[in-house]
Amino acid sequence: MLIPCPHCGARLSEEFVCHGDATRQRPAYDASDEAWTDYVYLRDNPAGAHREHWYHAAGCHAWLVVTRDTRTHQIIGVEVAR
Amino acid sequence: MGYSAFSLLKNALTGHRHWRPAWRDAAPQAQYDVVIVGGGGHGLATAYYLARVYGVRRVAVVEKGWIGSGYAGRNTTIIRSNYLLPGNIPFYELSMQLWEGLEQELNYNAMVSQRGVLNLYHSDAQRDAYARRGNAMRLHGVDAELLDRAAVKRMLPYLDFDNARFPIQGGLLQRRGGTARHDAVVWGYARAADRLGVDIIQNCEVTGIRSEQGRVVGIETTRGFIGAAKVGLAVAGNSSRLAAMAGLRLPIESHVLQAFVSEGVKPLIDTVVTFGAGHFYISQSDKGGLVFGGDIDGYNSYAQRGNLPVIEDVCEGGMALMPMIGRLRLLRHWGGIMDMSMDGSPIIDRAPVDGLYLNAGWCYGGFKATPGSGLSFAHLLATDTPHETATAFRLDRFGRGAVIDEKGQGAHPNLH
Amino acid sequence: MSGQPFRLVSGGLVDRRQSLRFRFDGQDYEGFAGDTLASALLANGVRLVGRSFKYHRPRGILTAGPEEPNALVELRSGARREPNTKATTVELYDGLEAASQNRWPSLAVDLLSLNGLLSPLFVAGFYYKTFMWPAKAWEALYEPLIRRAAGLGRASGEADPDAYEKSHAFCDVLVIGGGRSGLAAALAAAREGKRVIVADEDTRLGGRALTRPGDADALAAMLVELAANPRVTLMPRTSVFGVYDGGVYGALEKVSDHLPEPAPFTPRQRLWKVIAHESVLAAGALERPIPFADNDRPGVMLAGAVATYLHRFGVVPGRRAVVYTSTDEGWQLAADLYAAGVTIEAIVDPRGAVAEAVQAGVVASGARRLIGARVVRALGGRALRGARVVDAHGQTVTLRCDLLAVSGGWTPNLALTHHHGGKPRWDEVLQSFLPGAPPPGMRVVGRAAGEGLAPLVDLPAPPAKGKSFIDFQHDVTAADIRLAEREGYRSVEHVKRYTTLGMATDQGRTANLNGLMVLAEARGAAIPDVGLTMARPPYAPVAIGALAGPHRGRDFRPTRLPAAHGWAVRQGAVFVEAGQWLRAQYFPRAGETDWLTTVSREVTTVRSSVGLCDVSTLGKIDVQGADAAAFLERVYINGWASLAVGRARYGVMLREDGFVMDDGTTARLAADHFILTTTTANAARVFQHLEYCHQVLWPTLDVQLASVTDQWAQFAVAGPRSRETLARLVDAPFDLANEAFPYMGAAELTIGGGLPARLFRISFSGELAYELAVPARYGEAVAAAIMAAGADFGICPYGTEALGVMRIEKGHAAGAELSGQTTATDLGLGRMLSKTKDFIGRRMAERPALTDPARPRLVGLRPLDPAARLRAGAHLVALADPADAAHDAGYVTSVAFSPSLGQWIGLGLLAGGPDRLGERVRAVDPVRGGPELLLEVCAPCFVDPEGVRLRV
Repeated sequence: MLIPCPHCGARLSEEFVCHGDATRQRPAYDASDEAWTDYVYLRDNPAGAHREHWYHAAGCHAWLVVTRDTRTHQIIGVEVAR
Repeated sequence: MGYSAFSLLKNALTGHRHWRPAWRDAAPQAQYDVVIVGGGGHGLATAYYLARVYGVRRVAVVEKGWIGSGYAGRNTTIIRSNYLLPGNIPFYELSMQLWEGLEQELNYNAMVSQRGVLNLYHSDAQRDAYARRGNAMRLHGVDAELLDRAAVKRMLPYLDFDNARFPIQGGLLQRRGGTARHDAVVWGYARAADRLGVDIIQNCEVTGIRSEQGRVVGIETTRGFIGAAKVGLAVAGNSSRLAAMAGLRLPIESHVLQAFVSEGVKPLIDTVVTFGAGHFYISQSDKGGLVFGGDIDGYNSYAQRGNLPVIEDVCEGGMALMPMIGRLRLLRHWGGIMDMSMDGSPIIDRAPVDGLYLNAGWCYGGFKATPGSGLSFAHLLATDTPHETATAFRLDRFGRGAVIDEKGQGAHPNLH
Repeated sequence: MSGQPFRLVSGGLVDRRQSLRFRFDGQDYEGFAGDTLASALLANGVRLVGRSFKYHRPRGILTAGPEEPNALVELRSGARREPNTKATTVELYDGLEAASQNRWPSLAVDLLSLNGLLSPLFVAGFYYKTFMWPAKAWEALYEPLIRRAAGLGRASGEADPDAYEKSHAFCDVLVIGGGRSGLAAALAAAREGKRVIVADEDTRLGGRALTRPGDADALAAMLVELAANPRVTLMPRTSVFGVYDGGVYGALEKVSDHLPEPAPFTPRQRLWKVIAHESVLAAGALERPIPFADNDRPGVMLAGAVATYLHRFGVVPGRRAVVYTSTDEGWQLAADLYAAGVTIEAIVDPRGAVAEAVQAGVVASGARRLIGARVVRALGGRALRGARVVDAHGQTVTLRCDLLAVSGGWTPNLALTHHHGGKPRWDEVLQSFLPGAPPPGMRVVGRAAGEGLAPLVDLPAPPAKGKSFIDFQHDVTAADIRLAEREGYRSVEHVKRYTTLGMATDQGRTANLNGLMVLAEARGAAIPDVGLTMARPPYAPVAIGALAGPHRGRDFRPTRLPAAHGWAVRQGAVFVEAGQWLRAQYFPRAGETDWLTTVSREVTTVRSSVGLCDVSTLGKIDVQGADAAAFLERVYINGWASLAVGRARYGVMLREDGFVMDDGTTARLAADHFILTTTTANAARVFQHLEYCHQVLWPTLDVQLASVTDQWAQFAVAGPRSRETLARLVDAPFDLANEAFPYMGAAELTIGGGLPARLFRISFSGELAYELAVPARYGEAVAAAIMAAGADFGICPYGTEALGVMRIEKGHAAGAELSGQTTATDLGLGRMLSKTKDFIGRRMAERPALTDPARPRLVGLRPLDPAARLRAGAHLVALADPADAAHDAGYVTSVAFSPSLGQWIGLGLLAGGPDRLGERVRAVDPVRGGPELLLEVCAPCFVDPEGVRLRV
C-alpha cells in the first residue's frame, strides 16, 4: 500500500504509522463524561470512506489526514493535518 | 444418527448413503425467543447452550453467508487460558474446561489437541512480566510453568539458541493449551444446536434492527422481517455496522489480521510456540501445514486481506525463531476482520437498547473463547445477568475506567 | 541416448550436447540441459513418481507445470532439502538429487497402500465422526497417528543455509506472463516509451509458444526487440505471486535454484516488491482433466502436458496412446504423437460430433475414433495398461495403452484477479469463469481473458462406482463431494473445507472446476449459481526464507550502539539488549566470579566515590518556540511555565486515557528552549505523541520539535566525588559549587577547552550527580576523559544493572512500574497532578476506577529474612490470607540486591499500599516453584529518604 505524502510523494506504507479516526475533536476540559468517553473510546468504524491519521514516522514526520476506503484500501484523498 | 467408529463402519459398508445433513438449512420463522445474528463459532455456541443449558428453544442463528465463513473459518486455531488479568482469567479458563470435554459434548470430533502453548521470553524484564502472568494464572488454579533456557532447549531443540539477535532465555508454558480444528467447531456446534431445534438460517443478511417504543422487536433481513424478543449480536468484525443499525457506536475498530499456512510436511512442530521478541506464533496442524501468524496490519479494514509488510515481518519472526522453516513454502495467506476493542478485551453485555445484546471486541483472540463466549452469552440472553466469569466484560467499563488492558497499551486498538 | 528410451532423436528445446546426470530414489539417470526433472524422468521411462496423500496410490506425472498435483519430490538433501517440490518446475542441473515422498519402505512397494483397502472408511470428513472414544486416546494415540500420516514430504529440520535478498522495482507497466499475449502487450507499452517489466515463472519467456515450433520465429523477433530496449526488463524465473494494495506486486525470482548451489555472495532467491502504475495479466489458460474411475494411474496425463513434453522437451511419455479429448486440439496431439512414432490406439471424444477436417489429421495413424464415447475406467496399478470405454451405443470397449492423454478443455487462469476479492463472472458462451473485476490498475489479455478459447462442453459425469479423483493431491473423489453435499456441506466453501478439495499445494488448479461440476450436479444447480472459491495469494508457494530475506540471525533487527560503545567494549563490558540498543550491563574486573559481585561493587563505588554510566539511549527531544512552555504544560501533568531558565524538573506524561505513558527530566535552557527526556523504551512513542499534539491537537501553538536522541551522547557522573571529577573537565568560568549550580540546575557550557556541552544536575542514583551531554561524535573521547578525570577518586564505569539497583533503592519508577496499567497516583506521584490546567489525560485520570484507593499502589518490600532472594513477578497476599485469586493483593515489580542494606529488596504494587506501611505480607511464586517469603511493607525509598545526599 502506498500513502501519497504531500511532502515526500507516494511512499510505501511501512514508512508510516496509522493512528485511526481523524474526525475526533478533543473536548474542552470541562465537557461531560459522555463527551470524554466518546472521544477516547467510541468510533464510527465505517465500512467505506474513513478519514484517518497517518504519521510519516520514517520520513518527514508529518501527520496526515488520509481518506481511505476500508473495504478496498483505496486512497481517496490526503492532506496535511496541520 | 450419532457419530462413532461403529456408525462410520456401518455406513462404510452401505456406501455412505444414509448420512443425514449435519444441520438443516432452515427457513426463517416469523418469531423467535432469541435471534442470534452471526453464524460463526460464538453465535452457534450461544444457540447451543441456550437450548441445552438454559432450555430456551425457539432460537434462530441468522448468518449472512455460510456458517463459519468469517473469523471462525480463518483463525490460527490456538486455544489457551494464559491470561494476566483477573477480569480475563476465569473466563478463558471456563472456556478451556469446556474445550476439554467438547467432542463428547457435541459428538463431533473437534480435534482438540492440548499439546502446550509456550510463550518465549528474551530478557529479564520479559521474564518477570511472564512470571507475574504465570503466578496470576496459578493463583486462579490454572496451570502455568516458567521454564528456563535449558528446559526450553530440551523441549524445542530446533529453535535458534546460538545465532539469535534476541537470545531465548526461557518461556512460560501452559501445557493444557493447544489447538482445535476450527471448521469442526463450527460444524459441531451447528449440528448439536440443530438437533436441539435451533434454526440455522444461512444466506440471510441483516439490513436493519427494528425497535418499537424503545425496545427491539426483531431484525430486517434480506429474507424478510424476523421477530424476536431478544436479539444477540455475535458478528465480530462487523459489530460496529450492526450496532449502527440500532443507533449505537462501539469502542471497536475493525482491523485486518493475516494468517498463513505452509505446505504440509511430516510432523515437525509439536507445540504451539510464540516468539517474544517480535510478533510471531506457530503450530502445526494435523494436516501437516505449519499455521502461523503475527501482528495486525495496523489500519482499519473490512477487506479481509492485508499487505506485504506484515507478511515479511511475520516470516522474519519465524526465521529468527526457527531457521529450519526457510525452505518450507508459504502455501496460502488470507485475512480476516478483527473487532479490536479499546482495551483488547471483549464485551459481553446488554446494549443500551432494550432487547439488544452485544458479544464483541474479541480482537484476534476469539477462537479460544468460543465455548466460554457461547455459554456466557447464552447466560446473559437467558437471565439478563452476566455469567459469573464474564462480569467484567461490561460496555460501561470504559466510562468507569475499569478497562481490562492486558498489554497496557491504552485506547489504541491497533496496539492490542 | 541409449539411456533415455523415451527421448526423441531430435526436436524440442533441450540441448542434446549437454548431458546432465541426476539421481532419483537412489537410481542414476541422464537428461539434457533444458529439461525439467519431470521431462527427464519421462525420457528415462520413469512413470511412478509418488504415492498419494491418503490412500498411498501410485501416482505419475499429470502435467508439465506448476499446477502439478502428483509429482512431488524431496529435492536436494541435508539442510537444503525441500519437500513437496513439483518435479515439473525443477530445472535439471548436473548432480541433482531427488527422492519420492510419503511411501514406506519404497515407492514401488508402499505398505501404507493398505490404506486403500480401508478407503470406504477413510472418506471425506471421516475423522470428524470418530476418534472420540476413549477421550484420552485422541491425544495419546489417534492424533499422533494422524499427524504421522499427514503431510507429504519431510522438512530437513536444519537451518536453511542459503541467503535471500529483497529488492524493489518500479515501472509503468508490469506484464505478468511472458507468452505471446504478454509479450505483445509489453511491446506495445515499450513502443510508447513506458518502463516495462515482463515477469514469467518459467525458465524462459514464450509460454505456449515454446511448445509450438511454428511460433518460434515470431517469438524470437519479439524477444529481440524487447531485450534491446533499455526501458524494458525481462525477468524469467520470476513468479508474480501476489497483488497487493496501491499497485504493489510481490514477485519471487529464482536466482540460483537451477544450480547445485548458489554462487558465493549470490542469493538463492530474491523477493521483488514491484510498484507498477498498471499491470497486464497474461497468465494463459489451465486445462482441466475429465474425471473417470482410477483416473490417477501413472500414465494418465493432461493432453496439453503431453504436447509440451513432445514439442518442448522431445519426450514421448509412452509408446501406445489413447487420447481422451473434448477439444479439437486433442486430435492434433494425436496426429503429432503419431508423427513422433507413438502408436495411437484410439481417440475418444465425448462430443456428439467432430468435424471431418479435425479428424483428418489422425486417419493415417489408423487409430480407432470413438466419438460420443467416454472413458469410464483406467486399467492398471503402478502403471497404466489400458482404458475401459463406453461408446456412443453404450457398448463397453477395452483399449490397450500406456499413455492416456486427457483434455476437458481450457479455462482462463484467473488466480491473480481474485487477489482483491474480485469475484469471477460466468460466461454463458464459453461455459467458463472469466475475470470479474480485477484489482485496480490490472487488465487481462489473451487466453486468461478467454480469447481464443473454445467453449467448454459438458463432460460426462464421473461414474457412480469407483474412485474418480477430482483433487489428486488430497485424494478427493467425486464420491467425497457427493457425500459432503448429502451431509449438508453444500456451499462451495463448506465442500472445500470438509473434503479439502483445492487446498493442496497445487491450489486446486486441476481440481476446482471439476469439483464445482460434481457439486453443481449433486445440488441440481447451475455451476454459476454454486460459485467458485477465491484463490488466495501466493499464486505459487513461496519459500518462507525468501519472504524473510536478509534479516536473519543477528541481522533480524538493527543493533543500535550508544555513542560510547567502543569505549565500553574496551572496558570489558558485558552487554544486554534494551530494545534494539546494546547497552553495557556491567563491567566485570579480573577476579570477579559473578555478576552480583560486580554490580554490588559498582553500586558501592558510586555511593562512596564516583561512577560513570552511558545514558545516551534515553530519548531526548528538543522543544523550541515562543509557546514551548505552554506546550509542555499541556502534555505533562505538572507545571512548566514557572520553571526558571537554567533549571530542570521531573515530569510525568499520561496517555489520554489517564494512565502513565512516560516520565523524564526536562530542562529549560532558555525562555523558548527546553530539552525533554524520555525513557529509552518510549523515545519513539513519546516523540510521535508530541508531534500528534503539536500538529493535530494544537496546531496554532508556536513550537517546534526535533528528536535528538542520536545527536547527543550523555553520561551520568554520579557519587560524592562527581563534582570534583567534573571540575577537572568543565571550562572556566563555569562554577560547579553547590550555590552556583544547585540540584536540578541545567546549563550550556564548554568542556575540555571549548567543546560545547550541556550539564544537568539530576540524579537517578540518589547521590550527588550530574548528566553531561556532548555531541555524539565526541562520546568515546569524553567517556575516556571523564574516566581520566576521576581516576584519582577510583572512578568506575557502571552499567544498567547498577543503574537499576540504585533506582530501586531510591524507589524511582521505571519500565516495570510504567507498565501502561498504572496511574500517577498508583506510583505515588499523585501530588504532581495539576489541578489548575488541562493536560493530556487529566479528565480520564479522574474516573472512579483510576482513583479507587484500593488499587495496587507503589510500596517498598523488604524480606524479613536478610538471606532471602526476592523475585519480580511474585504476587503478594496478606499474611493470614490463602494464596488464591480472591486474595491476590498485588505483585513485586522490581527487585535488586542492595549493597547498601546487604539484602534483596523490591518495589511492588500492593492494594492500598501506602496505607499498609509496616504490615507484613507474603510473596508467593508458584510458577517458579519458589518458597513463600515474608516481607515487610515499607516506603519505596531505602537509601537517604530525605534526599540529603542529592543536595550537597
